[in-house]
Amino acid sequence: MKEGGTMPPARGTMQYIGASLPRANALRLLAGRGQYVDDLQLPRLAHAVMVRSPHAHARIVSIAADAARDAPGVLRILTGPDVAQLCRPYVGVLLHVKGMRSAPQLPLALGRARWQGEPVVAVVAESRAQAEDAAQLVEIGWEELPPVTDAETALDPGAPVIHPEFGDNLCFERVVDTGDVDAVFARADHVVEATFVTSRHAPMPLETRGIVADFNPAEKHLTVWQSTQVPYMMQWILAHHFGLPETSVRVIAPDVGGGFGLKIHVFGDEMAAVAASLVLGRPVKFIADRLESFVSDNHARGHRVKMRMAVSREGDILAVDMDDLYGIGPFSGYPRASVNEGLQVVNLAGGPYQQRVYRGRSRAVFQNKPMYGQYRAVGHPVACAITEGTVDLAAAAVGMDPAEFRRRNYIPADRFPYTLVSGPTFEKLSQHEALDRLLAMMDYTGLRREQAELRPRGVHRGIGLASFVENSNSSSATYGQGGVSIAAQDACTIKLTATGGLAVATSLTEMGQGAHAVAMQVAASAAGVPIDRVKVVLGDTDATPYGGGNFGSRGTGIGGEAVFQAARALRANILAFVARLTESEPSLLDVREGNVVDAESGALRMTLEDVARTAYFRTDRVPRDFQPELTVTRSYAQKYYSGVFTNGIQASYLEVDTDTGFVKLLRHWVVDDCGTIVNPLLVDEQIRGAVVQGIGAALFEQCIYSPEGQLLNGSLIDYLVPMAAEMPDIEIGHCVTPTATSELGAKGAGEAGTAGAPAAIMNAINDALKPFGARVTMQPFTPERILRALGKAGAA
Amino acid sequence: MKAAAFSYVKPRSLAETFDLLERHGEGARLLAGGQSLIAALNMRLDTPRVLIDLNGLKELSGIRVDRDSIAIGALTRHRSLELSEDVSQHLPLIHAAMPFVAHAAIRNRGTFGGSIAFADPAAELPACCIALDARFVIRSRAGERRVAAREFFKGLYETDLRPGEVLAGGEFARSGVPYRYSFQELARRHGDYAIVGVAACARIGAGVLSGVRIAFCGMGPTPMLASAAAAALDGRACSRDVIAHAQASLAQDLAPFDDLYQTAATRMHLARVLLGRAIAQLTTDYEY
Repeated sequence: MKEGGTMPPARGTMQYIGASLPRANALRLLAGRGQYVDDLQLPRLAHAVMVRSPHAHARIVSIAADAARDAPGVLRILTGPDVAQLCRPYVGVLLHVKGMRSAPQLPLALGRARWQGEPVVAVVAESRAQAEDAAQLVEIGWEELPPVTDAETALDPGAPVIHPEFGDNLCFERVVDTGDVDAVFARADHVVEATFVTSRHAPMPLETRGIVADFNPAEKHLTVWQSTQVPYMMQWILAHHFGLPETSVRVIAPDVGGGFGLKIHVFGDEMAAVAASLVLGRPVKFIADRLESFVSDNHARGHRVKMRMAVSREGDILAVDMDDLYGIGPFSGYPRASVNEGLQVVNLAGGPYQQRVYRGRSRAVFQNKPMYGQYRAVGHPVACAITEGTVDLAAAAVGMDPAEFRRRNYIPADRFPYTLVSGPTFEKLSQHEALDRLLAMMDYTGLRREQAELRPRGVHRGIGLASFVENSNSSSATYGQGGVSIAAQDACTIKLTATGGLAVATSLTEMGQGAHAVAMQVAASAAGVPIDRVKVVLGDTDATPYGGGNFGSRGTGIGGEAVFQAARALRANILAFVARLTESEPSLLDVREGNVVDAESGALRMTLEDVARTAYFRTDRVPRDFQPELTVTRSYAQKYYSGVFTNGIQASYLEVDTDTGFVKLLRHWVVDDCGTIVNPLLVDEQIRGAVVQGIGAALFEQCIYSPEGQLLNGSLIDYLVPMAAEMPDIEIGHCVTPTATSELGAKGAGEAGTAGAPAAIMNAINDALKPFGARVTMQPFTPERILRALGKAGAA
Repeated sequence: MKAAAFSYVKPRSLAETFDLLERHGEGARLLAGGQSLIAALNMRLDTPRVLIDLNGLKELSGIRVDRDSIAIGALTRHRSLELSEDVSQHLPLIHAAMPFVAHAAIRNRGTFGGSIAFADPAAELPACCIALDARFVIRSRAGERRVAAREFFKGLYETDLRPGEVLAGGEFARSGVPYRYSFQELARRHGDYAIVGVAACARIGAGVLSGVRIAFCGMGPTPMLASAAAAALDGRACSRDVIAHAQASLAQDLAPFDDLYQTAATRMHLARVLLGRAIAQLTTDYEY
């Protein structure tokens, strides 16, 4: 794709755009009046429970289900072969990612289970409790097989091969090489290097995955309520894999309690629940409980990266050499594949800085662990940690302040659009401005002084910086061009209601992040209607126009632009109509506060209620040759760049207890540039939440496995998520560089916090540990690991 | 996560409770605050035939201060202990430990007796009871008996309670002489089970510690009384060497396991650091 080109004109100023309004749907959710999938009760509702593999890798020798079948309330037992008759197998590959491969997969394991937790048998009963009782009676005979668990040895010649037809466990490899790398390293003044480890962890939304599938045999129609970010993707998937016409599948996303990228994938247990509904001809509910979520949700972030950087004595980054290895599950995830993390790591290692000479490799290997996929800020936190960790080493090697070193190496402000040697193009970043703003916000020099003053008293504080970039507003380059049926476009239909309000239907989806509020504010502003007269409908394939939904920081940037265009078009239609009615010109009129007014004097010409009444009820007053169109639809897709990159910088200030290895987070700062800000309150809370998730990665979250592939900490007692008491105050500032690819000018804001936080924490810890010659690079930075770095772990 | 089916009964008296225990034997579980039991049922880690709900037994609830002792009923909620003026005044060690016990929502339901009878070695209250040399009151059809806290905890989740018995509460001696106390804990997140926690109390006169009692949680199969470390401190002025000796003595007192995140050796290191901090607190200038 040719990137860049002539851009649309920029928007004017708008009443509600930039206003920190409270979310209209927040009170309902806080009052406990939300309607999540599990709240849905239907007549004749049946409940599905999964029997899962207790082994990481084992052959299914036998399944004895007679006792379960006879248990009270049981309606049906489904095994792999039963579901295979109903569901077309799926293969999670992107056709435009060269050389990637995966094997066909089915909802329930067929012949062999390939991870501990893979669904094997679905038990459907009148109640969840009865289904759980019966599930305990299912006896599966197993023949254990050697598992592949460590990504590091998965490609060894003697390693067991999960898909024998491939010959080895390699899913995909991407290499970028500008050439000249070894020569530049050989003559560089300084070479710094480190191995970074990020730990496999789980997205962990408050609401677990869940689905209600209701197949009506009388009309051969399937209605699905699902906790999903992507109703249209699921509609396509369900129709395609269960052999139904797309018009016979309706997907509804009711209230969704957090997604974080988890709820954009296909999961076997949910597909099995759909199959059960097809078989039974009655609604079937499956809700993943928290324990099974640990072994059935997609995981992410389990990388080992060797990173080297060549630097001149003046402090210029000369070359980067990076080798990334990560283990995905036994299959590449469907339909988005499990390689985007590695692609982002290769694309963005060294990224926020001028790239000259670069060699990067990422390899994804199959392993007998749960499925693996996109999670908030896909790959970016890894790319950011390895880059920013190495940048700090480089700054130390040349004896330069880390803030100054960054400023020196940023892409010069006059070089945009800037194309990285690895491929992506940055439309426009504001790195220097963001750095200046951050250093002022945090009083960088003051903090450095305080740090130095406290050292002699045995108080070891650290300051860590992390510049980041974050992809948003993706084009079809991510999925559509890979042959995957996921919309890169979003759309919005707005109608003027009979009393002069707006009914907005959008393909945006709400999962707690505020898309609903964004749509309200954008529609009200662009149409000129008071916000309390706007109603937004989303999350229903029968009620909204076609579009991608929410993932990859695209909601406001793409879906919001569609709302903007639709509202503008409606406004234009209203003006044309009123101009005709009043024998005026549209250009002489305007819509303000729900009234059509004289543009110059502001004098009332017609209320929107009168406009609607005339168009709908008093057509006798409408000229015969004029048909007002007071329902409009507009679509938008970003077609200029593969993605519109945002940027920013974070800083962490923390204290390390060098006797215990405990880290106390003191303060955290973020300066973010997401272009036009529709609702600053929402953006700031998105960033805060995302930072907390990044802190989770840095300090707490890690799926721990035995060598046999058994998850050892699969509960919220043992798997630590970040909690409020340990979180620092998070201060947020903004730079505003609107994207020229849309009129609204908004870029994504949902992921940037997660991208930068782990690196900022790591650099701050290592800054605190500097006098001890200690360093940590393996996330999460547990007390044990910090004590080990200090030589104190296990000191007798 | 649905519990397997069970019967539920809520007796109105201890006598009725003893009847039920006799009738159902091993298949019965006593329900107090339910903060551990209900989770275990829902995860089907435990599948009793009948739950005997003690929450109707008012005689097991409440804090009573007598001339020589303080009694805490088994059904006393953690939150009541935390907010009790009597506990704050007479059992300041327990008062100091309570904010470390899980989260407020859990403390609202969880009970003193539940925590003691469940005997999780990482829990705070069992260690405090050992450090304070408490006695537990145990009742059964046969009558009442008392067991010293240090004799009560037999192993991992194992206690001296016998079939047919109900833990009725704890008793703590009211000491005439003010003592100093320290409760310290290291947990990755507030409210988690501690990696290591220490409950310590002692008297101090002319810079010399006496009557030193130290107990650890999370450092063995039961709450652990650190007798060797206490002996190293007792009757001595707290010099750096004395403290180092006490810290070294913990090797005799404690038996930590590797856990998911820390090796046993690291936990021993952390116990020594905490002991040092506890001694520092015992010997700074404050008294209750």
